This record gives sequence, C-alpha cells and structure tokens, in this order.
Amino acid sequence: MSKNLAFEEPVVQLREKIDELKTIAADADVDMTGEIEKLETRLTQLEQSIYANMKPWDRVQVARHPERPTTLQYIEAMCENFIELHGDRTFGDDAAILGGIALFEGQPVTIIGHQRGKSTKENIRRNFGMPHPEGYRKALRLMKQAEKFNRPIICFIDTKGAYPGKAAEERGQSEAIARNLVEMAGLSVPVISIVIGEGGSGGALALGVANRVFMLENSTYSVISPEGAASILWRDGSLAKQAAEAMRITAPDLKELGVIDGIIPEITGGAHRNVAKQAIYIKECISDTLKALNSLNGEQLIEDRYEKFKKIGQYTEV
Amino acid sequence: MAIRDIFSANRKKKQDGQEKAFPEGLMTKCPECRHIQLTKELEKHHKVCTKCGHHFKMTAQERVADFLDEGSFVSMDDHLQTSNPLNFPAYVEKINADQQKTGLNEAVLTGLGTLDGEEIVVAIMDSHFRMGSMGSVVGEKITRAVEKATALRVPFIIFTASGGARMQEGVLSLMQMAKTSVALKRHSDQGLLFISILTHPTTGGVSASFASVGDINIAEPQALIGFAGRRVIEETVREKLPNDFQTAEFLLEHGQLDAIFHRKDLRKQVAVLVKMHTKGGVQHV
Ligand SMILES: [Zn+2]
Ligand SMILES: [Zn+2]
Repeated sequence: MSKNLAFEEPVVQLREKIDELKTIAADADVDMTGEIEKLETRLTQLEQSIYANMKPWDRVQVARHPERPTTLQYIEAMCENFIELHGDRTFGDDAAILGGIALFEGQPVTIIGHQRGKSTKENIRRNFGMPHPEGYRKALRLMKQAEKFNRPIICFIDTKGAYPGKAAEERGQSEAIARNLVEMAGLSVPVISIVIGEGGSGGALALGVANRVFMLENSTYSVISPEGAASILWRDGSLAKQAAEAMRITAPDLKELGVIDGIIPEITGGAHRNVAKQAIYIKECISDTLKALNSLNGEQLIEDRYEKFKKIGQYTEV
Repeated sequence: MAIRDIFSANRKKKQDGQEKAFPEGLMTKCPECRHIQLTKELEKHHKVCTKCGHHFKMTAQERVADFLDEGSFVSMDDHLQTSNPLNFPAYVEKINADQQKTGLNEAVLTGLGTLDGEEIVVAIMDSHFRMGSMGSVVGEKITRAVEKATALRVPFIIFTASGGARMQEGVLSLMQMAKTSVALKRHSDQGLLFISILTHPTTGGVSASFASVGDINIAEPQALIGFAGRRVIEETVREKLPNDFQTAEFLLEHGQLDAIFHRKDLRKQVAVLVKMHTKGGVQHV
C-alpha cells in the first residue's frame, strides 16, 4: 500500500466509501449499481480536479514520496542488459550515484543517476542519494568512457543535493561538481538529463549539463530546498510551503523560465502509482530525443549545449 | 520630544564620541588582531594588516588598482541590469541600494587590462554587492568576459568572492554555474590559460563552479573556501569541525589548491605565470 499524501485525502476517503458500499451491496445482495456508478463518476471528477490543481508543495510531497520510483527501477523497466560499473578509480565507489551500460531500444547507452534507497538500510548505504566527490568523479569517468565509444548518455537526476559533510569537503566536493559541469559541456555525444524526483542544487546540476533536460511532471529542480529557502529568506523553516511557491521549483515553472526543454507527464497521482507505465512515458521521451540528437555530430552537439545554457538567465540591457 | 527621539539622540551622541576616538577613515582597526593602523598605511600594504597579516576584503575597484597595470583597465558590460524574474519583494530596491553603495552594476566587475604588459581579461567579484552572490547578470557578465578572452586568445583571470547562489533568482541562479562552465570549456579547448584566484569568502555555487576549475587555482591566505556552510555540515555530521576547516590552508593541505600567495606577492607571481603560458611553449611546426 502506498502512503497517502494530505492533499489527496478527499480522493482516498471517497474511494474507501465506494469500496465499503460495494462490500455492503454484495453482502446484503442488493443492487446498488446506480449509486456506486454515481459515486465513481464523482471520484473521477474529484481526482481530476485535485491532481490537475496540484500546488507546488503538493508536488514536493509527491517528488519525495518514499515509494517514488528510482533510477534503478526506470533502468530495469526501460533497458536491456544493464551492467553496473563501479568506482572512481581514485578513492572508492559511491552508492549514491549509479552508472553503467545498457541497451536502449537496441542502442548501447551509458546511464548514470542519483540513487536513493527504498528501505532505511538501503538509504544508509546509498547516503539517501546524496553523493560524495567520488560519486561525481565516477559519473565523469563513465561519461568519458561513453564519449570514447560514441554512446549517448542518459542521466537521471534525483537528489536533495551533494552531501554536506566533512569528508566531502576534504576530498573536494566543489571541484568534483565544477569539473563535471565543465567536462559535460565538452562531451561529443548526445546527453539527455531527466529530473525524476528532487533536483537539489549543484549536486543535481552536476548531472545536468545536457543537450536536452526534461522533468517529470511532479519533480522539482531548485537552487535550494524549500525548507532552506524559507530559513534564509524568512528565518523560519516551517514556511517551506510558501517558499516552494515563491522559488518556482516545479516542472511548469522551469519550463516557463526557459530552463528545461519539456515535461514528461506523470501517472495520475504520481509515478509511484504505476512504475511500468511511467517508465513507458520516459522511454518514449528518450527515444524521440535520441532520434533527434543522433543526427548531430560531435561538434554540433557541443555547440547545441553551448547555445542552450548561454540563453538561460533574465536581465535587461540599458 | 518623543521617547524614541531621545534614544536616537543618545545613540547619536555615543557614535559621535566614538568618532572622536577614531577619526572617520583615518584609522582602521584589524578585525583579527584589533591592531589600529593608519588607513593610508594599510592601503600601502595592499590592505593587509601590518601586524598580523590579515587580508582585508577588497572592493572590485581596489583590486583593479592593486593588480592591473595602472590605467590599463577597460570595463565591460556595465549596462547589464538585474531584473526580478521571480518577483521577489524589494529585490530591485536591494540591487539599487548596492549599486549606489559600490558603484557597480552587479556583484562582478569585468573587463580588459594588462598585467605587467600582458593582455588579459579579468573578472573581479565584489562581496560588498549582495555578498557577491551569483544571479543572471553575474553569470552573464562572467560568461561574456570568458567569451571575450576566447575571442582575443588571451588568459582569463577571475577573483572570486561570493556567498554562492542569488536566492531571489532561484533556479536561474543555479543555471549560471552551467552557463559559465560551457564558456570556460570553450576557452580551455583553445589552449588558453585560466587562473582562478579565490579570495575570502568563496562558497556554495561559485566554489562549485568556475572558482574550482582554473588551470591554476590560487587563494589568498586564510580565505574561507567551501561548498557547504560550516553550520550545515556541523548539523549533518554532528561533530565539531577543526578551526582551520575550509580555510585556504586547509584546502592546500587537502590537495585542492595549487598555491596560496600573500597579497604583496600576488601580482608579481601571477604575472610570471601568465608570461610562462604565453611565451616559450614548444612550437609544433
Ligand atoms: Zn591584524
Ligand atoms: Zn601575450
């Protein structure tokens, strides 16, 4: 059973009521088809109005849902022959970032993504998807490998941010992120990045200098978490809900700000409600995008990325 | 006279008293060792405390005067103006106030100049402007400066000083890290030199982008440099961090910097580095 979120409570209650009614009708052997049908129509309407009018804070809740599908689940649903490749060859293997080679519709691709855990135990092992420098350096190693063998790169972004720890600073968290930004800029193969959950700050962007950037409908991408923004802006972390609106962190916001290229629709109620079907939506997006990008040569791909990021920002010239 | 006015009159009196002890501007007190020195004397020593060696923050204009050949600097893109993409209340007013205060259009001053005769493009961040935070204009000015250096085939030198992202521009601020990076990659691919000089403080998104990817990364003594804030780290790891954590010296020891130069040597040393990268390389015919 998936955990329900506060904003979807009316839907849950109505659904429970319908189920209850069905049980009663069956037990008492009375025909209540008309009543049930009426309620089911109302349920559909209610679902549509609630999920079509999700507030930024509602989307934050969906993006953080404990059962939200992870990088690995999408890889397994979308690709064949995924082989995970480990380690940065310098320090260690960071389980908060996962990468490897797979066949995507018959084409070899390199896939890299932040990886959260599904259980507390796995989350501890994966550091809740918050990478250390060696995670970013592994990602870069795999990107350079992809470039050598002319494979497209697909990145899944799903992190609260790079880990703010002592060891991370000692080993150069800043440099690791910065290096990825610069080196991704120069990759001569197609790069597609998709924000599938939370895209938190520089730790997310370090997998995001792509030719095309997409977001799942209920994912977020931001310079700081709503809680962090609230505590800086208003010295009150409990105003996160307001900060989520003010900071403009949802997929429609980022599309409007010209930061992302497209929004991948989500299953009604969130990706966790049907991982297999959600994976198909993502697969279609990647498939179409690869078709477009595969026709560009290395130089054109680098130029394309340059133009894309050069355009981002708002200012006036007087 | 209202009570509030009496208080403010008292406060004014107090301030006046202090000003008599330290005539305004004439003397400066070192925040590190509390040594009081003649401001003129301090300026003669590149704004480094004559007693303890504390490197005072510099304004962008002071840095131009201290670092470049006299009269060589020509600024670029002073006409770019910050807009308010997320419609944050009072954002434009804050920008206007800092423009008045600093004489800059934004938190970075960019332009062309010469360093011991060598032509360079320079970007100087100024932490007196919105704590040196990076919004769209800062990102655009740095990007254009890098593009200028690429077009002229000259070294690009940046002085970083920044608290990180410009909160009021949200994700657009974050994306400036990527924008400046694509420009730096193009400059680098042309075989051109990029020297990053990290000054106090260089943290957050600026630390995690251009500041850390110079061909040569130099810092000033004791500069605070890091990705995450000290308090955030202490709360996360629940341990007390060493006193020198995230100082230039700490980074040097952990292999994150090429060198730390005292400000009195900085101009000379960087000039030598620039000359070694513009002359005398092996010529493949
Ligand atoms: Zn001193
Ligand atoms: Zn020269």
